[in-house]
Amino acid sequence: MTALDPAPRTDAVVPTTTETVESPEKRRQRLSTGVLIAVVGVLLLVSLGSTTGVARFALSDAFDEVQLGTVPLPGLPTVAVCAVLCLLAAAAFLSGRVHGRLAALAATVAGLAVVIGFLTWAAAGRDLPFPVSNQFAGTLSLATPLVFGALCGVMCERAGVVNVSIEGQFLAAAFAAAVVGSVTQSVTWAILAAVVAGVAMAALLAVFSINYLVNQVVLGVVLNLLAVGVTGFLFDQLVQPAASTYNNAPVLDSIPIPGLSSIPFFGRVLFDQNILAYIAIVAVVVVSVVLYRTTFGLRVRSVGEHPQAADTVGISVRGVRWSAVLFGGVLAGLGGSFFTLASTGQFTKEFTVGNGFIALAALIMGRWRPVLATVMCLFFGFVTQMASQLQTLSTPMPSQLLLVLPYIATIIAVAGLVGRVRPPAADGVPYEK
Amino acid sequence: MSTATTPPAGPGAGEEATPPTGPAPATGAPRTAAGPARRFPWTDVVTTVAAFVLAFLVGAVLMIVSDSDVRSKFAYFFARPSDALAASADKVGGAYGALLAGSLGGVGPITETTAQAAPLICAGLGVALAFRAGLFNIGGQGQAILGALLAAYVGFTLHLPPGLHLLVAIVAGLVGGALWGGLVGWLKAVAGAHEVIVTIMLNYVAAGLLAYLLTTTAFQRPGRTDPISPIVDWNATFPRLAGTQLHLGFVVALLAAVVVWWLLERSTTGFAIRAVGANPHAAATAGMSVARTTIITMALAGALAGLAGVQAALGPSASGLPVPLSAGIVGSIGFDAITVALLGRSTPLGTVLAGLLFGALHAGGLAMQSVAQTPLTLTTALQALIVLFVAAPALVTKLVPFVRTRKAHTSGPVPQGGLAS
Repeated sequence: MTALDPAPRTDAVVPTTTETVESPEKRRQRLSTGVLIAVVGVLLLVSLGSTTGVARFALSDAFDEVQLGTVPLPGLPTVAVCAVLCLLAAAAFLSGRVHGRLAALAATVAGLAVVIGFLTWAAAGRDLPFPVSNQFAGTLSLATPLVFGALCGVMCERAGVVNVSIEGQFLAAAFAAAVVGSVTQSVTWAILAAVVAGVAMAALLAVFSINYLVNQVVLGVVLNLLAVGVTGFLFDQLVQPAASTYNNAPVLDSIPIPGLSSIPFFGRVLFDQNILAYIAIVAVVVVSVVLYRTTFGLRVRSVGEHPQAADTVGISVRGVRWSAVLFGGVLAGLGGSFFTLASTGQFTKEFTVGNGFIALAALIMGRWRPVLATVMCLFFGFVTQMASQLQTLSTPMPSQLLLVLPYIATIIAVAGLVGRVRPPAADGVPYEK
Repeated sequence: MSTATTPPAGPGAGEEATPPTGPAPATGAPRTAAGPARRFPWTDVVTTVAAFVLAFLVGAVLMIVSDSDVRSKFAYFFARPSDALAASADKVGGAYGALLAGSLGGVGPITETTAQAAPLICAGLGVALAFRAGLFNIGGQGQAILGALLAAYVGFTLHLPPGLHLLVAIVAGLVGGALWGGLVGWLKAVAGAHEVIVTIMLNYVAAGLLAYLLTTTAFQRPGRTDPISPIVDWNATFPRLAGTQLHLGFVVALLAAVVVWWLLERSTTGFAIRAVGANPHAAATAGMSVARTTIITMALAGALAGLAGVQAALGPSASGLPVPLSAGIVGSIGFDAITVALLGRSTPLGTVLAGLLFGALHAGGLAMQSVAQTPLTLTTALQALIVLFVAAPALVTKLVPFVRTRKAHTSGPVPQGGLAS
């Protein structure tokens, strides 16, 4: 900055100067992003050696009314172009000459090049085409519970309560949905039961963190363990011996939106989801509006940033935190019900397999903002779906390693792309009068 | 800030609720100049006992509610309450009786307890050490998997003389865990990646790696199609006392506790670890490298968790031979370790005691499953409940009348809040 400049700064000068000194933090993040993209570019170059034949991408699957055919991409040239694009983007980041919109453009190009390059390498020369519409449809359905989880985390953490127990809330809710859904044979009751279970877990979190001031990360881990233990025990003792009575919940039907769902490609991807996916989209809007446009949201954010100040102006810190955590519990409950009701209607032990933690990671990468966190959830959904799609193509990568791709992507994203992020100031700090 | 309830004195009692240092956890009573320097932690003991009682009560309720026979008797509770009560007492008494007999009833069960406790103590020390530096090591699971992986690999591929083989296998496991933990420390120090996220993700990566390696020729037992490794050499197995389950691994675990105590209380590195845990900014101002301490702590914590994996891979099972490497080799050590460290209040001695308690719970849980047909998962729930109650002494004092007179401290064992550095 021109802080040492003797001339008085005017507002007109600051925006027009192109010469800005970046903070060490920004610099480090820029460099690590550049290195990361460069590494991927080099990896793509290396993979040229094992790329043969043509990669085919199917735009629609066999059940679609309108067949869009497949797009063939020649393997070698495509991967080569993607590698070069990655290296160019990396050079742009490393040189430090690229800022603002150009940097965003470079990042987007690099991202697309990575995905297309990797997919082309994996699909080149295979018998089956890579199903593109399945990829996007699967992304949405995998992201749905993550979105609920991340939004739950947004509500809790913006109010200053760290929620590591999203996983436990998911698990309890999924279990409740399975048992109540089986007994009543009603999807509505199943979802309601899941919400109640999510809220109950959230209430435990609230009691111990807000009233008894237990360290919140520790508490979250213990609550996860409690959920694993209790659902596991009840599953072994009660559900498993009578699976047809207690573990046979109805499954959600997909609800095509009339008109929109018949648009080729996008219709099936976007407008033919189950009710929970639509609720998730609504929830993103609701949480954003509540957080940024309502008095309650302002209070939530204020008790998360500076509870003393909030208390001084007469806001009940405990009350606001309690309601935010319970609202989060509702969202986590909806997310948990998705695991049971959107797949087979059956519960198995620990079958939320780390989705709660991925939601937590998405929340942090999304910088505690609802929309950005949702985008991160979509990113995870995309990677997970890609991994499972590639499994069926019998790609050069072993399936066990493909399955850990989302987790590795998370680590890379947290370490390389996001860097240090700033949580709400009072996140994880219990408030005592 | 919970300054009002944290112990007012002691080297670690800063603004953040730091764990009480040394083997004497602070009591809530203000320490006067004339008072004894270290008092026996009666409050902690009473709270812990009360937490156990409360947890077992909740467990009993769970058992009664989930048992269809007992529930059917509750249907006519008001007509003949004796039936329902007798059935409940039978159910709960049978299960808890088996639990007690399976953990403490004789030499066999007691040594089974030590065998179960050994990996818990090691991994618990790993979590506790990280806690002391203000780091949440949720990745004990992955670190233990890496430890087990390398220890078992050395165990069944190399063929070395007795003694040396075991030593090399242990070192391999330590290195595996240290690398997996050190990676987390490095990512945190260099890129600012939050260790909670990275450790959790690395747990899944380690599990995937294990699953993959078990399909390769290097790890899969010749002639088998399922993912299982060859059996570890006899020379690389922890020797055990004839006729019991007490094996050298338990001694190694106790040794590890002593080493951690020495490291934390008597060494420069340990001082840096505690200083960074208490206040990283102050430590940096005093000239300590927070980044370096973070990496070292995570590597050490990973090595300890790796040692837990070594115990799982090289410890003799009931048959005398170690369990061959498979997907579930380390069970849920990594997560149990967190509860052990919490119950042990992040001190080495406390971790050993907590490890023994939860080891007993595990050993008894196995007996409970086979004798009383009560699922082993109950012990997981009990474990979580115990720690939950221990972590909230204020709740315990509210629920249990006798503890009320003494004010318990509410300091959690871990400093620092916030989910991103």
